[in-house]
Amino acid sequence: MNYKLNIEIAGSLLLARWKQTLVAAIGVTFSITMFIALLGFMTGLNKLLDGLILNRTAHIRLYNEIEKNPRQPVSRVSMYKDFYNFISSVEAVNSREEIYNSEAIIGAIRADKRVRGISPKVHTPAFFNEGNIRIAGVIDGINAREENELFHFYDYITGGSGDDLMTIPNSIILGKPLADQLLVNIGDQVYVTTPSGDIFPLKLIGYYQSGIRDLDKIQGYTSIVTAQKITGKPPDYYTDIQVKLNDLGEAPAIAKEYKSLFGLQAVDIQTANSEFETGSSIRTLISYVVGITLLIVAGFGIYNILNMMIYEKMDSIAILKATGFSGRDVKIIFLMIALGIGIFGGTMGLLLGYLLSLLIDAIPFHFSSLPTITTYPVNYNPAYYVIGTLFSLITTYLAGMFPAAKASKIDPVIIIRGK
Amino acid sequence: MSNSVLEASHISKTFHDHIDVPVLKDISFQINKGEFVSVMGKSGCGKSTLLYILSTMDTDYEGSLLIDGELMTRKPGIRLAEVRNEKIGFVFQFHYLLNEFSVLRNVMLPGLKLNRQSEKQIEQNALKWLNVLGIDHLSARKPNLISGGEKQRVAIARALINDPLIIMGDEPTGNLDKKNSWLVLDIFKELSEQFQQTLLIVTHDPEFATHTNRMIEMEDGRIIRQ
Repeated sequence: MNYKLNIEIAGSLLLARWKQTLVAAIGVTFSITMFIALLGFMTGLNKLLDGLILNRTAHIRLYNEIEKNPRQPVSRVSMYKDFYNFISSVEAVNSREEIYNSEAIIGAIRADKRVRGISPKVHTPAFFNEGNIRIAGVIDGINAREENELFHFYDYITGGSGDDLMTIPNSIILGKPLADQLLVNIGDQVYVTTPSGDIFPLKLIGYYQSGIRDLDKIQGYTSIVTAQKITGKPPDYYTDIQVKLNDLGEAPAIAKEYKSLFGLQAVDIQTANSEFETGSSIRTLISYVVGITLLIVAGFGIYNILNMMIYEKMDSIAILKATGFSGRDVKIIFLMIALGIGIFGGTMGLLLGYLLSLLIDAIPFHFSSLPTITTYPVNYNPAYYVIGTLFSLITTYLAGMFPAAKASKIDPVIIIRGK
Repeated sequence: MSNSVLEASHISKTFHDHIDVPVLKDISFQINKGEFVSVMGKSGCGKSTLLYILSTMDTDYEGSLLIDGELMTRKPGIRLAEVRNEKIGFVFQFHYLLNEFSVLRNVMLPGLKLNRQSEKQIEQNALKWLNVLGIDHLSARKPNLISGGEKQRVAIARALINDPLIIMGDEPTGNLDKKNSWLVLDIFKELSEQFQQTLLIVTHDPEFATHTNRMIEMEDGRIIRQ
């Protein structure tokens, strides 16, 4: 097989009708450009929106559910064994919010290789005092640095510094709308009433803006130590352990495992946010469908130009066959033409797609709930470029296959005798 | 091994077009090395059909065909293409040059396909034949910019590039004026006499046929004189 010669012939046939081939290549270029830009933009937006939830949600959240004892005294009485009982207003005595033996559990989870990191939390309801008015809210005691590593905490701090939470004692970060409501600025005192009725002064060191206003209106963050102090609990008091895994997909299985191992409630992210993935997967699907549709249209363009070329170059094909080129050679030559259009158009498409992505990336975009975002989000995942390349090659190959098979079957006798 | 180049035995062919029309009936003959043979006959007598069977391009026939001692009948298409490339040179009524390539490149194409010599050697060879045929000054031109007679000479050079066992021609002068026809005939005679090239030319021109070594006359799908 003499590939060099076949390439030379394919190349000269391509150049002989360079205007038509250019139009066909532009079709591919256009579709790949749109495919790359659309997917980059769509998934960029998806990532941003998913990030609103995903960044701040633990893959597994371990906590102690306050619940009634499933074995009530009446069920222990043997004479009522065959009866069915109803008890209303059962109280959950002896049930506590805190996690028992928390230090050991935290140590065990940290040692687990599947875990990327954990962040224990002290969660407590509280009232924020504004003169006589009390605003109900919640305070989470967190380790700011760990929280940032796992949940990008600092990205949502709009004023002040998250690090100060660990260095300044008795400090608090409030949701921006809550701070506005309390009429406090950074440096001011905030008075917090604890569930047990004590009033605590805390220093406001920053604003927090998650993008979900209802949440920001009740949320305060403080250090773990401060939270333990507010609630009057010992230093091993934790209400939640948030776990981030290396592989998100493992969450349900590991949650189950922890649940039985530690005797805690464990909620995985898939169960907690079952519906949110649907939206993003549908948006991605739509982008793929549009991209592939464009490519198929481009494929028809290539099919047309090749068909035309074959009718035009009937004589050339006949003489090539008469002088010793087999049907296979002819087929390869036309496939090369198709792939040549695909490779050229596809490469240009990748380049233009990248440039278009850069352009979209530069368009100003202000998202009220995400102050760190200033332009449209674009995802430059190389996977889309690889997929784009593969698609362009596959479509051009398919578009070239039928005309090439036709060309390979041309009978030189009929062409030559027909003259 | 005899010096037989091509041997056809009992070749018959029928066109199936609603009714069966026999075009070739039991044709047998042999061409030896160095012969300049013409097949003559009126239009429609089956001489071109015969030529395309002998050229291995038409495979739908009965009987058997040997080229250079090798049986061609029912060989796979790829092998037939190789045989055409290596052992047969073609000159048709129409020149069939590729306009995308220069004259030189057109002549070189079958040689490049055979890939037995380096590109340089093939180019030397092509230039030699263009020189013999007196058209070496056209080698860089594109075929659509040269005259009909010149095109046919380029086609002859292309047929010669692989040193073929036999050159087959289907009315090679059919499209040319008197002067160019004579020129082509002279070239064929020269090839036959000086280079001992075997030639098989189909023609309807009795004058052309009389200048060949051997004449095969056909009528109604049969050989009537040889």
